[in-house]
Amino acid sequence: MFLQGYLPSILDGAMLTLKLAGASLVVSVILGLVGAAFKLAHSKPLQWLAELYSTLIRGVPDLVWMFILFFGGQMLINDIATKMGWPAPDIDPMIAGVLTIGVIFGAYMTETFRGAIMAVPKGQMEAGVAYGMSPLRVFFRITVPQMVRFALPSFSNNWLVLVKSTALVSVIGLNDMMYKADTAKSVTQQPFTVYVVVGAIYLAITTVSILVLNALEKRYSTGVRESEL
Amino acid sequence: MIDFALIAEKMPSFLGGTDGAPVMSTTDGLLMTLELLAMSLVLGLALSVPLALGRVSKNKWIARPVWLFTYVFRGTPMLVQLFIIYYGLSQFDWVRQSWAWDYLQSAYVCAILAFTLNTSAYTTEIIAGQIRNTHWGEIEAAKAVGMGRWLMMRRIVIPSALRRALPAYSNEVIMMLQGTSIAGLVTLADLTGVARRVYADTYQPFEPFLVAGAFYLALTVLFVWLFKRAEKRWLAFLGPRKA
Repeated sequence: MFLQGYLPSILDGAMLTLKLAGASLVVSVILGLVGAAFKLAHSKPLQWLAELYSTLIRGVPDLVWMFILFFGGQMLINDIATKMGWPAPDIDPMIAGVLTIGVIFGAYMTETFRGAIMAVPKGQMEAGVAYGMSPLRVFFRITVPQMVRFALPSFSNNWLVLVKSTALVSVIGLNDMMYKADTAKSVTQQPFTVYVVVGAIYLAITTVSILVLNALEKRYSTGVRESEL
Repeated sequence: MIDFALIAEKMPSFLGGTDGAPVMSTTDGLLMTLELLAMSLVLGLALSVPLALGRVSKNKWIARPVWLFTYVFRGTPMLVQLFIIYYGLSQFDWVRQSWAWDYLQSAYVCAILAFTLNTSAYTTEIIAGQIRNTHWGEIEAAKAVGMGRWLMMRRIVIPSALRRALPAYSNEVIMMLQGTSIAGLVTLADLTGVARRVYADTYQPFEPFLVAGAFYLALTVLFVWLFKRAEKRWLAFLGPRKA
């Protein structure tokens, strides 16, 4: 039997990897939008805060951040719980993983969205304000739909890097593909086959992502004239 | 709150040159990270120039395999690539009986091998993109003075493509710097590996990982600055015209 029946277990891990990546993407997009809004805000402290966030996160490896946020966060929460006299809470590794990866990629998304928002002509936002829309409504009705086109290429890249980063989460105790592969490798004594299968699943995820994102890019560029050579 | 005595005590192992040096390497800590980075970047760049030429070749029997190589290595996590080389190769008896096994047993050699292949995949695409971007006038001029294909590549296309690749390559270098942090997951004591050991000894998460993070941040800032200078020097001709 192929891999002594360990293939379903690896596929289970792949599902967890996908869920983790999807949920982290949502967190990172929210943080990215907030970060970009801060960076483009008129308030200096907000700009500095966003600048600090994106520089600190992008200058330090994902793996190191995972250790800091996961182990450090766990200790902080336990310390607070002890001081308050509460029982030590159980931290769900999935939630911790999603928050960790979301926070890391939020910094990359901040840069993506900042550039994309700046690419939308200012007159569009001014027209929205002139119609009496609130700033929040201008942001979601005018800015966001138009910036998607400018954000997509760099967004796609971030997503592909994010998916590949999920390979690291087994170090913080998640039963993802890499974790399952580790078990399968020990039992089957076929480490090469096991990791090639894992690599193939990752390649399949990235391939499908690229196809979908390319289609989206086309969709959001309707009405934009391309220069033909 | 932060235990500075612990940081001071462990600083020598972070800097490197203490113990924990793996077979075939002489060091650990910061020096180990730099050693891994330098080795894989130099080897990766050396590989990627010929590969980039293959990637833009009109012969599809050359171009397709190079495309497949870069697609596979860019589409999978570097950790998987490292594990395939470090754990995977032992599955085959013929590998274990070959002369190369002495080297392939060493996590250090495997890490450099995986990092080299990974960075060369990305660098190949960067350089190939710039080769394709070469201005047609330069190629026409080279042909007009009677240069052959190889002479033209060597004297005109490659030097200018490498220069124009500098901004994208600086990103790749920084990605690789951060990528080397996974070396600790195959027993090596690079910056992250040292931090994990200190954490395992003391159960203090903040001190070791913040110190490691500070080193990476400093290195990132340093590399960004160096590449800015390099771009000023070698890409001056692309800048705005000075009065």
